[in-house]
Amino acid sequence: MNRDGEGTALEAVGLGKRYRRRRGPVLQDCSFHLPAGRICALVGPNGTGKSTLLALAAGLIRPTEGTLKVLGTTPARARERFAYVAQAKPLPPQLTVAATLRLGAELNRARWDREAAERIAYGPVYANPYADPYGEESGSAYGDMHGEAAADPVPGVGPGVGPNLVPGVVREGGLHPRDRIRSLSGGQRTRVALALAFGKRPELMLLDEPMADLDPLARRELLGALLGEAAEHGTTIVMSSHVVAELEGVCDHLFLMGGGRIRLGGDPEQLLAAHTLLTGPARDLSGHTVVESHGTGRQLTALIRTDGPNSPPTDGWETAAPSLEELLLAHLRNPEAPDLFTEETGGTGTADMTDVTDVTDVTGEENARP
Amino acid sequence: MVEYRIDRRSGVATYVQIVQQTKQALRLGVLEPGDKLPTAREVVEATAINPNTVLKAYRELEREGLVEARRGIGTFVRRSLGSAPADHTALRSKLTAWLDEARKEGLEREDISALFTSVLDEKCPEGER
Repeated sequence: MNRDGEGTALEAVGLGKRYRRRRGPVLQDCSFHLPAGRICALVGPNGTGKSTLLALAAGLIRPTEGTLKVLGTTPARARERFAYVAQAKPLPPQLTVAATLRLGAELNRARWDREAAERIAYGPVYANPYADPYGEESGSAYGDMHGEAAADPVPGVGPGVGPNLVPGVVREGGLHPRDRIRSLSGGQRTRVALALAFGKRPELMLLDEPMADLDPLARRELLGALLGEAAEHGTTIVMSSHVVAELEGVCDHLFLMGGGRIRLGGDPEQLLAAHTLLTGPARDLSGHTVVESHGTGRQLTALIRTDGPNSPPTDGWETAAPSLEELLLAHLRNPEAPDLFTEETGGTGTADMTDVTDVTDVTGEENARP
Repeated sequence: MVEYRIDRRSGVATYVQIVQQTKQALRLGVLEPGDKLPTAREVVEATAINPNTVLKAYRELEREGLVEARRGIGTFVRRSLGSAPADHTALRSKLTAWLDEARKEGLEREDISALFTSVLDEKCPEGER
């Protein structure tokens, strides 16, 4: 159960993306490295390229410059091994939930895990592949796409088996197999999209704002399911999010995006340890790397880096460890604050703590697009 | 089976919360030698915390000799904490008698608590086992 899987989930070198109708590039000279087996949060203001980065990794769009390797190869070659859930959750509106899962099974015959998909779609308790709640009706639940489904050869998804729906029991948040996609709410569609992702049993999940339209109960359940999947199979998870507080304790890797690049990258604990929050009488902080400072008269509060040439001042100052939210908000409010990558995250991963200025000019030949 | 409750606002590191709650369960006899701890998957599904946090807590418990990881099977309790409940009966009745006396002297709950804590800190300073 070693969570630090060998290898690399994502590796970007000098990545850039420019859309025709936009003036500036969305991504520019963006280099980073994400080891396999991490649970990585992608955070940043709107329009900073989170969705673009995920779409590039999914191979839906091509970079304007630079390269992005996924699971050691191109997105196209890695397609079988990752799952991508787009923010808009495009699903065929006329299909039922059961038919959508069936479609997922057919498109991923080699690796489909039916039980995992149904647990997400129909709720955690009631998924039982051996029960048949519909009796003779079961064919119709799956028959939307194929008429008579009885002869279908896909292993494990034949008719006659379906989720165990106990009559009269309300399933918390779970969907009914015969619900049509078009009748589902945004959060319910998220559940179907995640079910497809789980069913694929991928090595890497690329999730664009997966929690945004879920209610608190579903959010907790599906986040738990995601982490459980990661615990069991070492799945790498990359998810973009706006809710910073929710990520604390969940992710073990973080990318803060801004200005077309990644501004903070690495293990949140190490990123936090590289900063300290000072409160005390106003004074000159030159010689320190100040991320943010604000004061009222004689009082000053400042978030500074602890890895600067001078150790943090101690006399007459109160120091405190910032929370992840404080750290991220301070960097979001101050776009000119220097970038920071902790080990393994920068382009090469040679130094323990590397300023991005040292990393961005490393554009290895071996990473050129094949 | 022990169930962990994670308080994200407590300021106590999440893995420390798991270690502490496991030890508490060992002290109370909720967990006994031979019992299996929940798997990392079970813990993260219930609490939505990072799997590494659970593994870190279990490693810490293993380092203290309280549990033992058996590869591919799970993590099991090796020994319990504290003495057997039977040994407490005499101590408990003495403490009860002492408390009755304190009440008779007019001490209120908080006075008693403060007095007890001060003697406790003097006799068994924090960090000592």
